[in-house]
Amino acid sequence: MLTSRALVRGLKSGFWRPLSSTSSVQAAHGKDMSPDVLDPSVPQYNNRLDTPLSDVPFVRNLNSEQRQLKEKEKEPWTKLTKEEKIALYRLAHELTYPEMRRGSSEWKTVLGGVFIFLGFSGMLVWWQRIFVFGEVPHTLSDEWVEKQTQRMIDMRINPVGGFAYHWDYVKKQWK
Amino acid sequence: MFRPVVRLSTSGVRSLTRTRPCYSAPSASRCYSHAKVETDEEFDARWVTYFSKPDIDAWELKKGMNTLIGYDLVPEPKILDSALRACRRLNDLASAIRILEAVKDKSGPHKDIYPYLIQELQPTLIELGISTPEDLGMDIL
Repeated sequence: MLTSRALVRGLKSGFWRPLSSTSSVQAAHGKDMSPDVLDPSVPQYNNRLDTPLSDVPFVRNLNSEQRQLKEKEKEPWTKLTKEEKIALYRLAHELTYPEMRRGSSEWKTVLGGVFIFLGFSGMLVWWQRIFVFGEVPHTLSDEWVEKQTQRMIDMRINPVGGFAYHWDYVKKQWK
Repeated sequence: MFRPVVRLSTSGVRSLTRTRPCYSAPSASRCYSHAKVETDEEFDARWVTYFSKPDIDAWELKKGMNTLIGYDLVPEPKILDSALRACRRLNDLASAIRILEAVKDKSGPHKDIYPYLIQELQPTLIELGISTPEDLGMDIL
C-alpha cells in the first residue's frame, strides 16, 4: 500500500511532470496545469468521438490576439479567412475527428517486444539444452531401439490395432 | 404476457375433449407496450424546436448536440440547420464545424449520407459563412 503510493508519486514526478507542465504546453493549454495532476472536480476538455462539443474549450486563457479573433467571430463569419476559421476551431478543440480516429504504430512495438522476449526465452532453452542437460539415456540409441522394436514384434505388442498389427509376419516387413 | 398462452391452451383443451378440429380466432392484439411511439416527424420537430430557442445558451447547445450524437441515427438536415443557426446566435463557429465533422463520423460506413447533408445544408452554410471541414483541409490528417 505504501510502496504503491510512493510508486505513483514517483511516476507522477518522473513521467507526468515533463509531459504536462513544460512552459509551452502550459501556455497553450487552457486547463489549469499548475497542480501536477488534472483536477477532476472541474469540467475538463476531452477528445471524444461521441461527444462532439466538450464541456470547456481546449484553450481557455486567450492571449490578446486570440481575444481579438473571438471578437471577430461575433461578426458575420463570411468575413473570416480560412486560417482564422481553423484557428477558431483549434482554440476550442485539440483534435479533429480524423486525428482522433488516427491509429498508432504501437502494435509494431508490442509485437516486436513479444518476439524479443520469445527469442530470449528460446536462447535460454537452447543454452540449457547444451550446458545443463546431460546425455540422453542409452536406451534411446539407434541400436537399442532396433533391438527393442524387434522384441516388441516378437512379443506381439498390440496385435489388434496397435504396434504388431502393422507388421506383416509373413513377409517379415512393415505393412 | 401469459394471456395468449392460456387462450391457446384452453382452445387446445377444448378441441381435445371434443375430438374435432376447433380453431378459435387468434387474439387480435399482441402484447406490446402501450406507450405511444414517436414518429420520425415528431422526433425531428422536437429537436428543431430545441435548437430554435432564440436565447439558447452554450450549455444547452452542447447538451443537445452531445445527446443527439448519442442516438443511433444521423440527424436530418433540418435539425442540423437549426443547430448551426444556434451556433451563429452563440457566435460559435468552432462548434458549427465540429457538428459537421460529428455527423460525417456518425454516418460510419455509409459514405453517401454526408454529401447529401452538405448538399441540403449548402444554402445555410453559404448564408452563415460556415466552411465545411473539407474546405478547411481538416478532413485529412
